[in-house]
Amino acid sequence: MAVLEARHLSVDIPTEDGVIHAVRDVSFALEAGELFGIAGESGSGKSVLTQAILGLLPNAIVSGEVLFEGRNLLGLKPAELQSIRGSRIGMIFQDPMSSLHPYYTVGSQITEMIHAHEKVEKPVARRRAVDLLARVGIAEADRRFDSFPHQFSGGMRQRVMIAMALVLNPPLVIADEPTTALDVTVQAQIVALLDEMRRELGTTVVMITHDLGLLSSIADHVMVMYAGRRMELGPSAPLFAAPAHPYTAGLLASSPANYEAGAELVPIPGRPPSLLETPAGCVFAPRCASALPRCTSEAPPLRVFSDGLQSLCWLEGPPADAAASVAAVAKAPAADETVVKAEGVRLTYGAGSLFNPGAGFEVLKGIDLELRRGETLGLVGESGCGKSTFARVLAGLIPMTSGKVALLGRDLGSLDPRAWQAMRREVQLVFQNPFGALNPRRRVGAIIGDPFRIHGLAAGAERKREVQRLMELVGLNPEHYNRFPSEFSGGQRQRIGIARALALNPALIIYDEPVSALDVSIQAQVLNLMRSLQRDLDLTYLFISHDLAVVRHVCDRIAVMQAGQIVELADAETLYRTPQHPYTQTLLAASVATPPRHPAAGRTLVASHVPEAA
Amino acid sequence: MTAPAAIPVVQRGSLALTLRRLGRDPAIIAALVFIVLVVIFALSAPWISALTGHSAIEQYRDTGLSEMGLPVAPNAEFLFGTDHLGRDVLVRLAYGAQVSLTVGVLAAVVAALIGITVGMVAGYFGGWVDTVLSRAMDLVMSVPFLLCALALVSVFGPSLSLSIGVIVFFSWTTMGRVIRGQVMSLRRQEFVEASRSLGAGPLSIMFIDILPNLSVPIIVYTTMMIPGSIVFEATLSFLGMGIVPPAPSWGGMLADAAGNSLYLVAAWLVLIPGLALLFTTLAFNILGDGLRDALDPRGRPVRKAAKGKAR
Amino acid sequence: MIRYLLGRVAFGALILLTLSMFVFFLFFVAPGDPARMVAGDKATETQLIQIRTNLGLDRPIHEQYLSFLGKAVTGDLGFSYRNQQPVAKLIFNRLPATLSLVVGGVLVWLAVGIPIGIMSARHPGGVRDRLGQGFILIGLSFPTFVLGMMSLYLFYFLPRQSGFMLFPAGGFKPFLPNPAIWAWHLILPWTTLALTTAAVYARLTRGQMLEVMGEDYIRTARAKGLSERKVVWKHGMRATLTPLATQLGADIALLLGGAIVIEQVYGLQGVGALAVQAVANQDRPIIIGVVLLGGLFIVVANIIVDIAYVLLDPRVR
Repeated sequence: MAVLEARHLSVDIPTEDGVIHAVRDVSFALEAGELFGIAGESGSGKSVLTQAILGLLPNAIVSGEVLFEGRNLLGLKPAELQSIRGSRIGMIFQDPMSSLHPYYTVGSQITEMIHAHEKVEKPVARRRAVDLLARVGIAEADRRFDSFPHQFSGGMRQRVMIAMALVLNPPLVIADEPTTALDVTVQAQIVALLDEMRRELGTTVVMITHDLGLLSSIADHVMVMYAGRRMELGPSAPLFAAPAHPYTAGLLASSPANYEAGAELVPIPGRPPSLLETPAGCVFAPRCASALPRCTSEAPPLRVFSDGLQSLCWLEGPPADAAASVAAVAKAPAADETVVKAEGVRLTYGAGSLFNPGAGFEVLKGIDLELRRGETLGLVGESGCGKSTFARVLAGLIPMTSGKVALLGRDLGSLDPRAWQAMRREVQLVFQNPFGALNPRRRVGAIIGDPFRIHGLAAGAERKREVQRLMELVGLNPEHYNRFPSEFSGGQRQRIGIARALALNPALIIYDEPVSALDVSIQAQVLNLMRSLQRDLDLTYLFISHDLAVVRHVCDRIAVMQAGQIVELADAETLYRTPQHPYTQTLLAASVATPPRHPAAGRTLVASHVPEAA
Repeated sequence: MTAPAAIPVVQRGSLALTLRRLGRDPAIIAALVFIVLVVIFALSAPWISALTGHSAIEQYRDTGLSEMGLPVAPNAEFLFGTDHLGRDVLVRLAYGAQVSLTVGVLAAVVAALIGITVGMVAGYFGGWVDTVLSRAMDLVMSVPFLLCALALVSVFGPSLSLSIGVIVFFSWTTMGRVIRGQVMSLRRQEFVEASRSLGAGPLSIMFIDILPNLSVPIIVYTTMMIPGSIVFEATLSFLGMGIVPPAPSWGGMLADAAGNSLYLVAAWLVLIPGLALLFTTLAFNILGDGLRDALDPRGRPVRKAAKGKAR
Repeated sequence: MIRYLLGRVAFGALILLTLSMFVFFLFFVAPGDPARMVAGDKATETQLIQIRTNLGLDRPIHEQYLSFLGKAVTGDLGFSYRNQQPVAKLIFNRLPATLSLVVGGVLVWLAVGIPIGIMSARHPGGVRDRLGQGFILIGLSFPTFVLGMMSLYLFYFLPRQSGFMLFPAGGFKPFLPNPAIWAWHLILPWTTLALTTAAVYARLTRGQMLEVMGEDYIRTARAKGLSERKVVWKHGMRATLTPLATQLGADIALLLGGAIVIEQVYGLQGVGALAVQAVANQDRPIIIGVVLLGGLFIVVANIIVDIAYVLLDPRVR
């Protein structure tokens, strides 16, 4: 019997620009005790769906039916829904930082919930909360009960959120991107904890995530959403091994984890559609590699296959596996010329303060690193390990406390300001956040032209010509020269950032998490661009990331950083196959990839439901 | 995850969008029209004076005062009545509008310029520069400003320039604080780092990268400082510390009305300049509010839902 | 935390020091001979010299300042030029009126401003929000003295014309023996004084509340199944009001300015009225005394606010 069943659920959200059709005609059912995954990129409607069910989106217009414990949630009065929230359906949110109230102790935030639903004495509620906090792995739970959220680390806060969601032992828990804001090793712990708790308590879990690797390792059933539609639904194993829908196949093909290192990725072209409009045919058709002529004009039927997969698509057979046919592209070996050499780079913050001289916080503890022309060096580590700080030291944004950095054989410390200024053009940065890296008030032409302006190089028509050449190089339409950054999508903005970095033909480009803010299908496009530019222009890259699959894919050598030090440095494949340092081993163990693809044996089409013409 | 990437941007110029948002609210249109009318009224003061044949400071003891020496109510000759000395309220109101608008706009603009400069320097350079400037702003803000203004006036005597100086001195901090906060967050943005890594100097970064991003708070807060300055000036004049009589100003006219509680028997003496003052400041406040909502739509209720959706 | 508060106290002392220098040197460089102001126009040259020695005016300026500062710290603010009374005593006599006005004004402003802000933020875009926003705009725009004069006309003069004493014309009556009379005389001044600041607070509360209600932890509170009342009045209010507490200190100066005007309009014989008269009379010791007292009042209020903030926000502790 289904714990929760959604039938033809649609969610519309009115905004200033028009009505956003966030969720369209989605149906699914959860079996007791299972872990049900909802996957999708941003804007797919996966979070809206669950929040709308629980009445957490006051402005949304929700239609359809959601059956839970014999009642239609959508027809309940606010008070009835309120008594279900928390006690019958628990929720865990993405960002444990902002999801706990900063002014109340974590304990009181949990007991408050117990008191809201049950009549219990205060000490009893406290004991229950402490017990559960201990069970989710909070040490000294009795003492920590009275701590405030800011006194916990991110991972610990997420444990508190889990304890909160489980304290009333609800039959259903919805976890909305529960690990996205966390480091990879903490991520693994939180997922393991969730898995363990649900098995222990028999809780049904809905896990919403953009991380397919994560779902493939723990989910029983998976629903893949795109632009508010349910593209595919089915048991986890066949869905990941041989997806029936071209979108799922495209997503898997976009992930570098599914390739030989160095291979060209096969991205999903284009970008997600506007949710303001309703296309006549399939929403995915404009980006679909297997699209048929009828896909753009007729709404797709629901195909039901013998192994349990359901796909909203005109295709009757499996979509082409694009990734399988790609071989690694040979890359020229790195030259012997050293571009950057860092020796014993140290950085200490707050050193020599008035009250305790010498006791500063050491961010970088002696980094030695060398980059050769034409290579890509990966710098991997968790947040706070100092990798971004090191990048800024190399780019001259933060002065180091001690150590030596030589660029193209010249010691940066020995340069006079004039030569230093000239040297700036040799190291360029590409930033993580495609929204913060471009000045929102300046036109794209001016942004890409900045390097020329600052160094007084090309001006006027010549600069415009240069800018347009760069835009073409990174795959942007040169005619969009006069637009503002807000008129571009995340992936396009990252291209603008790359064009700006390329402008002065630098010796080194530092990429600081260049794709971690992008959806996986867009990620692949940017990674491909970076690689082809490197091949064509003989560029040297320092690539900083927390995502091991991405790093492995693009890097020749990898340096692993922990607490301000490089603990291991080796060729990419060597490091992956035979990690030496225990921290590298932990990192590798914590990252999960989707299982290998194999053709669906014996899958047959058992039913087809063509939508009635509306 | 950032959802805006998924929602294609509607191609519409920001200026057009702003005007569209402004035009949707009748209160804003009314406020704008009122401001324009007050400006025209102030500019045509000499012309009004010529048309009525009354000067702003002359006392019309024959026609402008009753037999008991009381001011006369609005009539055909004195459209807005006369004051306790038999002067024409209409003409004085028009000349007073010049004072109010000049002081209001001038003081707000000068204070805004000082605030922007100090705020940018403090926010951009940080460190001890910021500490010193922020403390200075705190200091100015924790001073009993009207008392200090009293002290200044008692020493230097009341004058228009002193009024403006006092208003500027005690109001630039509002802008300074806002700009400092904005610059501090902008300075950490990656696009500023990008310019720095390209070798751009502090001036280039402040003017080309940061200043354009401050246009919204600058426009909004300058607009909102105008009514504050107008009221400040009127208050000083009311306490006899602003414009020197017999030159007309709205605050001074109200002070005259308050003297001997004359306004209780001649209500127009408080109603006319009082409402002029109220509606002028109200119009500027409505405009400021409207500009803020139109330029910076974050606080708008409909968008809240879109934000929730993005998560 | 102790260090933070000590820093705030030190800064308060700095403010007072700066203020004392400002007023002292302002009057020192000012034109006019203080001795003549004390003695009047008919004084002889010998009398003037005698007065200068008595007042210490013949000593170097920094000595005069230090002796002035030393006396001021012990509460000795000198004597009025006008009637030779001690300034401290003159101010002290006026304090009850001003304190009654200011304290009551704060209470009215908080009691009116915050609920209106909340009401407005609870129904964004709705009728109540529009009413709240209207109140905010009118309150912000209404010059205190215009409002005072209009209230007197409406609530004192017009009823009295028809033979009914709704409110008195003004004046201050002591709290004892009859608090009702005291309050009756102060209701109009309180509301007049509080309106502008109430509007400022309604706007701040509204903005803060709107922001807070969009926060993730409010969504968490709803997801926990708490009643909407609890979500708004417990979780929302706590996060709304705590940052407002810091604002409170800064607005005391605004309130003092308002008090001067109100005392003028309603004929309350308070410290502000004393200062305005002193300006007219060029009675400098009184002006200096009132400015310093105003500064002290603001500094103390700010320190109280700082302590409250430390207690309210666990992250500063």
